[in-house]
Amino acid sequence: MKLLSLCCLRPVIRKEFLEIKRDTRSLLFMIFLPAFMLLLFGYALNFDVKHIPLAVVDQDGSRASRDLVDKFRTTEYFDLKAVLPEPAAIDPLMGREAIRVALVIPPKFSDDLLAGRSPSVQVLVDGSSAMSGSTAAGYIGAILQSYSQKITIEALTRRGLTRIDLPLTTQVRVWYNPELRSAKFLVPGLMAFILMVIVTVSMAFSIVREKERGTMDQIKVSSLRPAELILGKMVPYIVISLGAAHLVLLLGEALFGVGIRGSYPLLLLAMVLFVTGALGQGILISTITKTQQVAFLLAFLTTMLPTFILSGFVFPVRNMPAPIQAITYFVPARYFLAVLRAIILKGAGLPAIWDQYLFLIAFAGLAIGLSAVMLGRSDRERPRRRGRPA
Amino acid sequence: MKAILSIVWKEFLQLRRDKRLFPVIFISPILQLLLLGYAANLDVRDIPSVICDLDRSAASRSFLDDFVNSGYFSVRARVGRMDEIDGYLDNGHAAMAFVIPRGFGDDLAGGRPTSVLVIADGSESQSATIGVGYATLIAGRTTQRLVIQRFQRIKGGGLRPVLVNAEVRVWYNPALRSRDFMVPGVLGLILMIMTISLASQGVVREKEAGTMEQLIVTPIRPHQLIIGKLLPFVLIGLVEATFVLVVARGWFGIPIRGSVGLLYLLSLAFMLNTLGIGLFVSTISKTQQQAMFSTVFFIMPMMLLGGFVFPIENMPRFFQIVSHIVPTRYFFVIIRGIMLRGAGWPELWDQAAALVILGSVILALSILRFHKKLD
Repeated sequence: MKLLSLCCLRPVIRKEFLEIKRDTRSLLFMIFLPAFMLLLFGYALNFDVKHIPLAVVDQDGSRASRDLVDKFRTTEYFDLKAVLPEPAAIDPLMGREAIRVALVIPPKFSDDLLAGRSPSVQVLVDGSSAMSGSTAAGYIGAILQSYSQKITIEALTRRGLTRIDLPLTTQVRVWYNPELRSAKFLVPGLMAFILMVIVTVSMAFSIVREKERGTMDQIKVSSLRPAELILGKMVPYIVISLGAAHLVLLLGEALFGVGIRGSYPLLLLAMVLFVTGALGQGILISTITKTQQVAFLLAFLTTMLPTFILSGFVFPVRNMPAPIQAITYFVPARYFLAVLRAIILKGAGLPAIWDQYLFLIAFAGLAIGLSAVMLGRSDRERPRRRGRPA
Repeated sequence: MKAILSIVWKEFLQLRRDKRLFPVIFISPILQLLLLGYAANLDVRDIPSVICDLDRSAASRSFLDDFVNSGYFSVRARVGRMDEIDGYLDNGHAAMAFVIPRGFGDDLAGGRPTSVLVIADGSESQSATIGVGYATLIAGRTTQRLVIQRFQRIKGGGLRPVLVNAEVRVWYNPALRSRDFMVPGVLGLILMIMTISLASQGVVREKEAGTMEQLIVTPIRPHQLIIGKLLPFVLIGLVEATFVLVVARGWFGIPIRGSVGLLYLLSLAFMLNTLGIGLFVSTISKTQQQAMFSTVFFIMPMMLLGGFVFPIENMPRFFQIVSHIVPTRYFFVIIRGIMLRGAGWPELWDQAAALVILGSVILALSILRFHKKLD
């Protein structure tokens, strides 16, 4: 028995395309939602912790303390929002998130400094946004360090040492993304996110919709085999999602300079594998749901969240606790993302990332195989009743 | 009133009929919470690093020890040649590399300036920025020690160098755990996703099934219909908020320092916004698929521009202005304020006012649009 024949495939593909075409708005969404998100991510979002709102309480009021405040005023890391008369005034400002960091310079600051005693300043950090809190503390440490260095060197010069060489300097080289732009980090992740969400959700929808309307039963009683149905339904979505992915690639290149450093065929292969797997997952979801509402929530839950949280898109996998890291091995986006970053940003070739491809192939095979089995099973069941009209 | 109640009842019956819906509605928030609580960790520690010590002297070893012992870097490999570093960074097994040049120890001993090389994988821009920051800080400390040593050698210790110390005190979340920042945000996220998607799909489903016309020809007034349709989602939202709060407090030990009553009250104000958006989506969508895509279209900016993960003050000016019409912006400040900072009415009244005003406007506009569609 032939598993599938191409002549039966064509009408299914045509039907699916027609159905997609009829709903122009959904089609536009599928293609332009990714571009919209790219713009959002590229322009609006970054992790750079800069312009942290700061308040200063200068209880010393000396030249030295003003000098130190100036150091904070002139960096782009802090925005001086308020100069307060006393530490008690900090509390309400921080409670309203008007400031995140406060610097308190004690009364004897300059006296201590001149006497060669090492003075302390107080730094209050709003820890409720943990990331910018710890980064801010780091910046303050660095600013105080360079301030101390300046004072020490000034003292040295006063003692007659006119020129001091810094004995040790640090050269920093940043590979792959020298300007450290978040956009370059986020664009590959965004591709994975978009492909996964759009493909899985629309695939699940397209089947559940037929169930809800009762047209699934009509297809079942036709001579179409499950494999043909799956393939026929998949082809249009593969085409559309690859189109959307290329739009993201083009925009990424044109607007943010994220060019593909590595091999394009390798990239395309990864995309096709990933999309195939995602489609399989969509079909799986559709076999266990009856209504579009549940299908949406399930697809959302099994794609958007893991892809956003567990793939390394935003949160580095290596920071996660071991059990969660173990779960990430079941998130296909993890491998796809690794491949995308390696090819697009690093220009890596197959030797560096072949293992990721194995995982992607396994995911695609598993998802498609499972969905064929599940569809076959529901096929053998006698259609007992029509899908519930909502 | 009776008409409203009967619509609410019908709505619950309909929701109950789909046996998979309720588990999904109530299990998904818990799942999201657990995942985000454990996985969403932006703390940068133990950055996998490669060390390339070309000098192999006592000085280079003690210098590298400063890096290793700092806790920010964990050594994955020690290589003998610089070109071996490429492989580790290419496949992502390491994110940073430190190279000590040949003659490092001799130069230091001889008082000649020398330098170390820090290589960072910029494709993970955020870790790289922080990692480079740590590395320069640690190297800076060593530099300072060297300056001081040299100074003391020359001057015989006649004058002590000064060091300005920072006494850092972290308020509200002394351990600086990302989790304490994330979990309250998840409460807002879940309320938003659930209420927008349920409300929009609930109305569109009736349109698709053609039962909307049947409802219109009944004596039920449009406003009764809207209230009756939206009320169940308010209830579901409140129940979910309770779920999340219990797990956050009981499982993760996130403090709720402020008033729980105020939190619920302002959650209601937030739901004015989300239900309004849900209703609006339903007026512009014909099919559930369209409603779903439109929902995503509204959810994403609300999630990303509201300050859930990405701080608003880092955005370009334009988006900072745009973020003022994003309701989550106010709600995230409110939840974090109440839970972590113990903030109350005096600190939060302006955020609450913004939320109520924005919500009333959105809901009013959507209801107007909905009326027009019905007529």
